[in-house]
Amino acid sequence: MRDIIKPKNDAESIEMLRKFNQDMLPHKFGKIGKAWVVFLLIVIAFGLYNYVKQLRFGLSVTGLGDTVSWGIYISNFVFFVAISLVGSLITAVLRLLGISWRSPITRIAEVIAVASIVFAGLIIIVDMGRPDRLLNMFMYGRIQSPIVWDVIVVMTYMSISVLFLYFPLLPGIAYCRDHLKNIPKWQKWMYKFLALNWQNRRGQYELVKKAEVILAIMIIPVALSIHTVTSWLFESTFRPGWDSTNFGAYFVAGAFMLGAGGVICAMYILLRFNPKYNQYITFKHFDKMGRLLVLLSLIYFYFTVNEYMMPGYKMKGDESSHLTELFAGKYAFMFWSVQIVGMIIPICLLFFKRFRKPFPMFIISICVIVGAWFKRFLIVIPTMLHPFLPMQEITEASKVYSPTLPEWSITVASLAGATLLITLFVRYFPIISIWELAEERGVDHDLIYEHLND
Amino acid sequence: MSEHIEQSSTNEENINQESTEASRRKFLKFGVLAAGLTVVGGGLQKAFSTDDKKDTTGKKVKVMTTDGKLMEVDESHIKSAKHCCSSSTESREGIPGKKFVMVIDLSRCKDALKCQKACQKHHLLPEQDKWLKVFKMQETEETAPYWMPKPCLHCDKPPCVKVCPVDATFKRSDGIVLIDNERCIGCRFCMAACPYSTRVFNWEEPKVPEAFANATYSPETSVPRKKGTVEKCDFCPDMLRQGKLPHCVAACPNGVYYFGNRNEDSVTNGDETVSLSQLLKDKAGYRYLESLGTEPSVYYLPPANRIFPFKDREVEGDKAKENTEKKG
Repeated sequence: MRDIIKPKNDAESIEMLRKFNQDMLPHKFGKIGKAWVVFLLIVIAFGLYNYVKQLRFGLSVTGLGDTVSWGIYISNFVFFVAISLVGSLITAVLRLLGISWRSPITRIAEVIAVASIVFAGLIIIVDMGRPDRLLNMFMYGRIQSPIVWDVIVVMTYMSISVLFLYFPLLPGIAYCRDHLKNIPKWQKWMYKFLALNWQNRRGQYELVKKAEVILAIMIIPVALSIHTVTSWLFESTFRPGWDSTNFGAYFVAGAFMLGAGGVICAMYILLRFNPKYNQYITFKHFDKMGRLLVLLSLIYFYFTVNEYMMPGYKMKGDESSHLTELFAGKYAFMFWSVQIVGMIIPICLLFFKRFRKPFPMFIISICVIVGAWFKRFLIVIPTMLHPFLPMQEITEASKVYSPTLPEWSITVASLAGATLLITLFVRYFPIISIWELAEERGVDHDLIYEHLND
Repeated sequence: MSEHIEQSSTNEENINQESTEASRRKFLKFGVLAAGLTVVGGGLQKAFSTDDKKDTTGKKVKVMTTDGKLMEVDESHIKSAKHCCSSSTESREGIPGKKFVMVIDLSRCKDALKCQKACQKHHLLPEQDKWLKVFKMQETEETAPYWMPKPCLHCDKPPCVKVCPVDATFKRSDGIVLIDNERCIGCRFCMAACPYSTRVFNWEEPKVPEAFANATYSPETSVPRKKGTVEKCDFCPDMLRQGKLPHCVAACPNGVYYFGNRNEDSVTNGDETVSLSQLLKDKAGYRYLESLGTEPSVYYLPPANRIFPFKDREVEGDKAKENTEKKG
């Protein structure tokens, strides 16, 4: 991994652009890539098979019951919404702060955001008892329901994120259209269609830049809203563990931390399978992302302390049995693993420069992601197991919750689906924005307009 | 129809271009309407005429009338009767002038479960789905255990109705909270929002007895029950419409349940009719989890001076004991 070189003159700049373009041109997967896609497709197929089963036999194929009526579909939904926030963090927040090192990783973040928010929408439909009545949401939707708020903000966020991914991608698609030879007809047609007749004109760039600024400003409040409103789905009830005014900020903080972990993980995998990216995603980027992850984890740590410390100190009647179960009961192992492995250890390690290298950071990011998934499980399920009234007059099966195989397979399939979307994006589109990278390295705008498509 | 054509064409001669357009559109509208009426009229005529002309098959079928007489009628004259009266739209409006309240006297309950049996039977509920639950409650180890029957509390500020995204569950003018199972999308937000563990979900296709399989659905009866939707105690609005008491109230042998109209300040448990306000005053009535601000329509009278000694349930006794560590 070399350090970033800045061009000295026009000739070097043009040469650099050409090299960027060559490096970024998407190409066919090797054996591992193909095997990975096949593996994901098998996981998805098994999930789909189980979903068909669920459609036929109802939600009885899940481990849900009248006590735990929301399970891993919902916690997985929260996970997807959380990780999708990273799009706004890396692309919008860092952009508006004028942080230039972000440019090679913005598109990675935005792809993760789009893929996750799409699957957040799908998994919530999977959770519905009557997916055939989905349109009732629009025909009879009532604005006082937080679910309606969530539908509105998630759809808005999805639209903005897709545009935020798409607009800066236009020059890249155009380059693929003009330079990728020996590709199937459908692929040619796809590039032609998606490029929207992009010609690298100054006016076109200016439009895209203007749109990007507008989107960057728009996406921040919407991103905060999606996760805040998602937290309100829980906070709007009386249940112990959810009845917390800390929830919105707590969810948003956790989401940023998870998202940063997701981007680090994707950065590492990209480098691992395409060494050419070495020159674009460098040690510097891992170091910066490591520092960012520490900052975000510390913020999350702060809110976590707020969420559990004082309720734990007070041990208020209804809260106490819920908290005791988390701290020292049935869910204690999961609770402390998530806090320690998913948050405290990453913070401690990332303080040191030697852990802010690609491989250690990859391992840390995996801990953060897995920890975050189970954290959402801990937010949803234990609370449902602590209703106000004693758990009587219900079947033994509904006094506990253990997700069934169909439930797991559908959930895992949704994760595989999001991963497949990201994988296919990398297969067919340049994952690093060439023109933004060139701008970051000080290449003159006019040169970019003139020579980007050479 | 031809009359309309002539009329509009004579009008056309005297007016300008724009209104010609307008009248043409008007004419088209009329035409469509007329055509529609013809079809409908024709259909009706057809329906009536077949009814008249239809030959009796000669095959006789024995049927029983509602008052228990055995009758014999021709097969061709049999039509299936509707199970219930109120449509989904009608069900959304309460019974005028009523504000239903229930008072549950905990000092009279001995866990006879007759209320629950009647409820299960009349709402065609399977064993595992209980709309009316009878909890064994014990506040602390030192205090005495007691039985607490718990229907839906039909809150005046129902948290379930607030969160429903599609208006499938609603509050009526007579205080009843109902669910339209033909509207419900099965998101189960209401189940998460209800602090009283009242709502149950149809996780699988409900088994509907054959006699009710083709019944017209009404939110007032919840029959036939529907897969993937939420249901709960409904205060038996179909009975209330007939001026009768809910099944649980009528079935209780010990007069635990008082039911009535708050507007008239009167409640009855079948044996005696008393003043609601006086009853709540005399026996120190309270509402469960009042601090949540949901304002239930169901009041409880404390289990003081109980008429039955507390006796644990035989089958579920031990399990129930374990679970009472969590109390209200």
